[in-house]
Amino acid sequence: MIHKFTVNGERFVLDVNSGALHLVDGLVWDLLDDDYPRRTREELVARCAPEYPPDEAAEAIAEIERLVAEGALFSEDFLKGSWEPPEDETVKALCLHLAHDCNLSCRYCFGAQGSFAGPRGLMPLEVGRRAIDFLLASCGPRRHVEVDFFGGEPLLNFSVLRELVAYGRDRAARLGKEIKFTVTTNAVLLTKKTGDYLAENQISVILSLDGRRPVHDRMRVFPGGDGSYDLVVSNISRFLEAHPEVDYYLRGTFTRVNLDFAGDVLHLADLGFDKISVEPVVASPEESYALREEDLPLVFAEYERLAAELVSRARRGREIDFYHFNLDLAGGPCLPKRLSGCGAGGEYLAVTPQGDLYPCHQFVGRPDYWLGDVDRGVLRRDLRAMFRRAHIYNKEGCGECWARFYCSGGCHASAQAFNGDIHKPYRLACLYMQKRLECALYFQALKAQGFSPFGP
Amino acid sequence: MGKHIKTIARPALQSTIKGCGCGECQTSCQSACKTSITVSNQVCLKESKQHR
Repeated sequence: MIHKFTVNGERFVLDVNSGALHLVDGLVWDLLDDDYPRRTREELVARCAPEYPPDEAAEAIAEIERLVAEGALFSEDFLKGSWEPPEDETVKALCLHLAHDCNLSCRYCFGAQGSFAGPRGLMPLEVGRRAIDFLLASCGPRRHVEVDFFGGEPLLNFSVLRELVAYGRDRAARLGKEIKFTVTTNAVLLTKKTGDYLAENQISVILSLDGRRPVHDRMRVFPGGDGSYDLVVSNISRFLEAHPEVDYYLRGTFTRVNLDFAGDVLHLADLGFDKISVEPVVASPEESYALREEDLPLVFAEYERLAAELVSRARRGREIDFYHFNLDLAGGPCLPKRLSGCGAGGEYLAVTPQGDLYPCHQFVGRPDYWLGDVDRGVLRRDLRAMFRRAHIYNKEGCGECWARFYCSGGCHASAQAFNGDIHKPYRLACLYMQKRLECALYFQALKAQGFSPFGP
Repeated sequence: MGKHIKTIARPALQSTIKGCGCGECQTSCQSACKTSITVSNQVCLKESKQHR
């Protein structure tokens, strides 16, 4: 299987099963499609006539055949379209909901303004400790384990966060493990003292900022309705200026209101930030700001514009790390990782302030997906097995999709929310993903040659 | 590099099925509400250690 695509006028062919990527001219573009292996040489030459003379077509066919022989075009799927993941009850990452409460009332919040449609409250220290005990008891031989402090707004529970970092580091060290902490915050409470603590303790930070002031302030508001842009930009700027070494990403959301979201990414870059992620909103179709299928042409054009602009800036010496164009062409994750995706419901679980376990943060509050709790572990082993087997060969449409080894089947929670089944991916998200990956491949192809143009 | 085709990335994927899947890599959220969404931008810890 191959995938042909163009970005900003450049023609590419991806060999889906091997991951080989080729830049091709118009002749090869015309010659190649999924029926190529079934066509005779005469048919192929005839397809190119009269635009290309037979000897030139023969030359291009010879190049194609060389790549076929090398396994770089029309390569076979090593796994023949099926995979049985090993039985494994390891848990290596927890999303700890330190707070089911928030100091902002973002209009697009998927977590019901922090409450996750349940009672508002903070995670008690004891629940957090038991969650870390559960993680370290469940991680098997894995040396690296992860805890993401999430919410709501986790910094509302900063004292517990500090205690849990100390507790987790101590417990992990005793077991010869490494525990990595991340906090996902709206930055409202990112004071100097809090920032210093996060940096000194090497905690990775995901900072929510949507982009241009009107875009951000339209959605990310305080409970009284005022926008949070000024405070958030001020806090983030101070934090990153004081701690340039910190591992961070700025994370924004785009909606139907700002389909020109490349402008928001570039605004964040213009503020001096280098590590940026701006992603499509997760929203019910009835919401006015939800993305619609009719928006696709604009969104696709915007991704191409963003890719071109980031290339242009890189050529001028300023390379922005846009998270979704960050893809390792030569290596990256192994095939088992690409097949199984995020690990939600398996090696990755979310913990509520009460200590209940769910497959991930997005499933919190969906009663059918309650898995167990931090004291008794996973009780719904049937659900766990279902998530483990929900890989690309068992998801509807993924086996035939060119993007399967990059996307890994998409978000289980979105599939369940939109189609009632984790095995049925949310189509609109698939289409965004495919376009974003094409732009990522384009960006990385240029990066691989120092951003110099491809030439004639 | 040919006259008509410039190969940007060589075949790499299928050879990673054996001896891999150690699970030491970072978890990669697939949803749009956390920064991750694709697995393909993950770093393989095994690979990075070998190259060190």
